Amino acid sequence: MDIDQALQTFIVESRELLEAMNEGLLGIEHTQDRAESVNAIFRAAHTIKGSAGVFSLDHIVAFTHVLESVLDDAREGHVEISGELVSLLLSCGDHIGELIDAVEPGQRGVDEALALRGVPLLERLRTYLHVVPLPGKPPTIAQRVDSTAVDTDCWHISLRFGLDVLKNCLDPLSFIRYLGKLGTITGIVTLPDAIPAAAEMDPDSCYLGFEIAFNSESDKAAIENVFEFVRDDCAVQILPPRSRISQYIRLIDELPEEPAQLGEILVKCGTLTTKELEAGLGHQSSVASAQLIGAILVEQGAVPPAVLEAALAKQQQVNALKAQNARSIRVDADKLDRLINLVGELIIAGASIDLIARRTRNVELQECNSTLSELVEQVRDNALQLRMVKIGATFSRLKRVVHDVARELGKDIELQISGEDTELDKTVVEKIGDPLMHLVRNAMDHGIGAPDVRAARGKPAQGTIVLNAYHDSGNIVIQVSDDGSGLNRDKILAEAVERGLIEAGRSLSDAEVYDLIFEPGFSTAEQVTNLSGRGVGLDVVKRNITALRGSVSIASEAGRGTTVTVRLPLTLAIINGFQVGVGDTVFVVPLDMIEECVRFSSENDQGYTNLHGQVLPLIRLRALFEVEGAVGPRQSIVVIKHAGKRTGLVVDALLGEFQTVIKPLSKIFGHVKCISGSSILGSGEVALILDAPALVQQAVTREMERSTSALRGPTLAVRMPDAA
Amino acid sequence: MTTTEQCNSAPHVVYIEGEMTIYRAAEIKQTLLAPIVESAVVEFDLSKVTELDSAGVQLLMLAKRTAQAKHGDVRLVAHSPAVLDVMELLNLESYFGITPVIAPRTG
Repeated sequence: MDIDQALQTFIVESRELLEAMNEGLLGIEHTQDRAESVNAIFRAAHTIKGSAGVFSLDHIVAFTHVLESVLDDAREGHVEISGELVSLLLSCGDHIGELIDAVEPGQRGVDEALALRGVPLLERLRTYLHVVPLPGKPPTIAQRVDSTAVDTDCWHISLRFGLDVLKNCLDPLSFIRYLGKLGTITGIVTLPDAIPAAAEMDPDSCYLGFEIAFNSESDKAAIENVFEFVRDDCAVQILPPRSRISQYIRLIDELPEEPAQLGEILVKCGTLTTKELEAGLGHQSSVASAQLIGAILVEQGAVPPAVLEAALAKQQQVNALKAQNARSIRVDADKLDRLINLVGELIIAGASIDLIARRTRNVELQECNSTLSELVEQVRDNALQLRMVKIGATFSRLKRVVHDVARELGKDIELQISGEDTELDKTVVEKIGDPLMHLVRNAMDHGIGAPDVRAARGKPAQGTIVLNAYHDSGNIVIQVSDDGSGLNRDKILAEAVERGLIEAGRSLSDAEVYDLIFEPGFSTAEQVTNLSGRGVGLDVVKRNITALRGSVSIASEAGRGTTVTVRLPLTLAIINGFQVGVGDTVFVVPLDMIEECVRFSSENDQGYTNLHGQVLPLIRLRALFEVEGAVGPRQSIVVIKHAGKRTGLVVDALLGEFQTVIKPLSKIFGHVKCISGSSILGSGEVALILDAPALVQQAVTREMERSTSALRGPTLAVRMPDAA
Repeated sequence: MTTTEQCNSAPHVVYIEGEMTIYRAAEIKQTLLAPIVESAVVEFDLSKVTELDSAGVQLLMLAKRTAQAKHGDVRLVAHSPAVLDVMELLNLESYFGITPVIAPRTG
């Protein structure tokens, strides 16, 4: 195996372990089974140390070793897990993360500055230790032996080299080195027992034997191949991982050394645990005393002792876990993107076949094509599903933010999470992390008051932030709620007037007022903390979310709390669109934005119409995009709805539903409003995808202007957030 | 190639230079076993060892065992990188009972 590749795996796995550690630490105060949770954290640290040792990353081993010692003490109950210790352990986890990040292939050197940052952590850790270990000298090799001592899933390889190996110019060392390339030697014991007394010892003969615990994905044949060259000169015995104890016992029987000594050696290289060995040897001696020579194999079928049974049960657990792991594979995100891209092209090609089939009026072809389309659709759904990940991981990361920030602010805040199984596209997940973190921080800083303030208002001292996620017609909705004091409407209005965002005396709906806090530079916090309050942030949050074709809205109740709702499309790659024609131009409206389509009968030039007894603002696409040509004979209105507001789009023709791949517009079109992307039609023509939220926003703005001008003349002072 | 030096105070220090491989096995055996006498503590300074193979390893192990049988001991000090590499590969530290010291010997 390529060492860099192995190192990469180490890095990825370590990060996962750190995450598990973090999660364990954060959950430890609430968990029922505290001992198990400490155990899990300890195991994570232990595994990182063990693997780091294998790669000779001594600085990581040294740091993790101290951490592990503290955790071990905690496991034994010598150290109480306090809130302070949890924070310290979290910081240590972060530091290990940094150390691991610094391990780039080829640069294994220790970053001095980074190492220095670990020193105060180590100092603090040591205060929890009873015995202060010698600093700086990590017991690398010894650790390598015991790092997988329990429940190993290692191969066991037993080697006894023949006398003539060295004379044949073969060096046993080189075989062991080569073995190291197939996997990891987790434990090795060199046996000198066959070396005769000094006088008889022939320095040119080989007397060495090795017992090796070996962790590898290779199969038995591959491992045997390592020793191909010395097959005649070496006794090789290979036991696959998780062999039955009786097989180890048989191995011990067949080897020249004393069984008891061999047993210890197996324990030393981590193949067997002491418990397993005792069970096995006890079993063996009882068999031997009954004079049943060689009956161990037969005994294999008999009822094993309770201890052995327990050991087996534990192994089965590990097996089940392994099987589960084996069912998922890591795939490069680029490969998935390529697949999705191809599926997109497939959809475009399918659309063009569909077009031709209809034009030729070949019924058979149309039937075939509809089957094909169905399959393509399924392929598309499945391909997109591949990129779907649960939002839970993003939420869990926020747990940490809440923990840290709450401490910093001196507030007691609990984070409640629901809907963590809700899935969404990986690209969306990656980009939503920061905005969400900002919203949560904002809620903690501004939303939830200090404990005494809360108590004075008759609320529990502990504040609650709720993160919730659910699917809603092609969108994922993420809500961040707090049970704080809510937004102060008057204050926001006053601030907005002061900043010249709105005119004094204007009447705005609550939602409109709350929306103002997403304006750049807006802040009502009296006190600027280092978290928020500088007025940087919420506008960026909004911009990031809009960039993802999402929207954000805010609801608040004075004294009860605030809820920020973020709506995002499930995927950025493909949408279900509805084609509309204006003149010769085709536009695509995202289907899940459309509420209904109605005939347009009004001939006047009004900017609104009456729909089900309500005013519906209209946007004439022909006018908006300056499309040339005569108005079609049968105009229709496509009613789109976004964030509770309706707008009608006046179009010439309704061309029906179709699935489309979104091709982003190039940067030079960046300033074009109301268009979110483009798509290629089956005919090869380009269709522009309408940015429905921006259109709705535009209509609302215009309505407001109209009402303002109707009320107070033509002055216009409303600056609405940039819709694009 | 190999020098033996008797310090005024025990232990006896033997400096080993060059390769400790099958090609010099007989010579190395001689060098390693010669200073081992009853109740003696011998230190092998391995700082100048350029290569170590299985033949060298088993000779070192033999020396250790022989010394212990005579109520003495063998200590390996100032391991060269080549030696450390093998010690690590075969996990021999426990056998020789010391932590490898790369820096020049202090005592």
